Amino acid sequence: MTDHAATDAPELHTPLHQEHLALGATMTSFAGWQMPLRYTSDLEEHRATRTTAGLFDLTHMGEIDVVGPEAAAALDYALVGAMSKVTIGRARYTMLCQADGGVIDDLVVYRPAEDHFMVVANASNCAVVVEELRARARGFEVTIVDASLTTALLAVQGPAAEAIVTAVVDDPAEAEAVRALPYYAAVPASVAGVRASVARTGYTGEDGFELFIATDDAVTVWHALRAAGESHGLVPAGLSSRDSLRLEAGMALYGQELDRTTTPYDAGLGRVVALDKDVDFVGKAPLRARAGSEPARVLVGLEGLTRRAARTGYRVLMGGGGAGVGTVTSGAPSPTLGHPIAMAYVTPEVSGPGTLLAVDVRGRAEQVRVVPLPFYRRP
Amino acid sequence: MSTFPQDLLYTAEHEWVSDGDPATIGITDTATEALGDIVYLELPAVGDQLRAGDVCGEIESTKSVSELFAPVNGEVVAVNAAVVDDPALVNSDPYGEGWLIKVAVDSPADLLSPAEYRALATRD
Repeated sequence: MTDHAATDAPELHTPLHQEHLALGATMTSFAGWQMPLRYTSDLEEHRATRTTAGLFDLTHMGEIDVVGPEAAAALDYALVGAMSKVTIGRARYTMLCQADGGVIDDLVVYRPAEDHFMVVANASNCAVVVEELRARARGFEVTIVDASLTTALLAVQGPAAEAIVTAVVDDPAEAEAVRALPYYAAVPASVAGVRASVARTGYTGEDGFELFIATDDAVTVWHALRAAGESHGLVPAGLSSRDSLRLEAGMALYGQELDRTTTPYDAGLGRVVALDKDVDFVGKAPLRARAGSEPARVLVGLEGLTRRAARTGYRVLMGGGGAGVGTVTSGAPSPTLGHPIAMAYVTPEVSGPGTLLAVDVRGRAEQVRVVPLPFYRRP
Repeated sequence: MSTFPQDLLYTAEHEWVSDGDPATIGITDTATEALGDIVYLELPAVGDQLRAGDVCGEIESTKSVSELFAPVNGEVVAVNAAVVDDPALVNSDPYGEGWLIKVAVDSPADLLSPAEYRALATRD
């Protein structure tokens, strides 16, 4: 009897799929979605985001509504951060950890109202995050709704982002509210005639906005942004440049710098753990122990001193190509800096900035230097 | 939109080889489209003896690294210094300024005609 392997579920398309094809995008499979990898050139899209602005379709991300009188308390228990302390209209970067402190996903949590939080999860972890939140929410007066398939997400990132996004906000008073948004804050606004939540958040190290809209409205908003962005040099940008931009900005990527074997502290992100929360939360005891102990390994930035770039999984060696001291988590040529950059976990003894190390790049030891993160800060 | 110049021969590894001796060798625009922006090239040196099918270099793009395979048997007589300095030339002019090496060919190799290569390249 032939054993038929289960057919893979058909891949999801964002509402902008046809737009991407019309623009000649090279599409790629990512977390069960067909997403634009690049439209023209990774380097051009990266540079445009740093000099004018890039437009990103991020509809694959997960959006989970957490609603109810005990929403804040439920999230204080489920997540490592103090979500009850997030002011209405603000957002916070946080993590969902296992009982042993290992990271299940890194998240941005928005608080549009006292009893309403929106948890934005990585596409690859969304189902797991929903399941965990539901399990952890038991006993709290709260409802967890996975709104991912009805929510689209567009990001405009770059120095021209404010001019472009305010231009598509219909009402002048709302446009002013968007213009005045501090980093990690959000407001509702009517954009191109449709309801949106406009947040000053992003994953590039530039100023920028993320617009959460209904999937049915995504094409309208995409066209409005492109039209408004035309005179500002707005360029559609894909997942490839998204990755090189966040790497330059020293931002962690789940699956590379973060996974279930890492705690927030390992990745230098201990600040997201609110150990002083006076309620219990999942992972509290191991995380408290970890916070107070010497790390076995440290996440560092590595600046390449030659032209061959370190890549994920490559071994980090003592300077001159000696003993192994760690592993590269992410690496690529830096379009802005003009040399290779990488993040790596290394032993604490070699983690000091200025330390000369090497990376085994496909059989040859390439010299690198430990540098502080981020590699790039916007001017 | 990939092109398949009629005056060249090709390999299944997406290299092109010019008629004549020495033969000029490069990679096709099918390859450059798939690779994206090329950022670094490792090419053989003048004087190196190449054996058809052997790995003789590397082509690194923003996202990935591909091996360069020797398409013919022979000695490397020239290496394009311009592309080593500016790998983007391979993306912008893969059949012209973006040539990689020139080889004095010892013995004929099994190369694909433009039609055979087009069929292979457009198959997926």
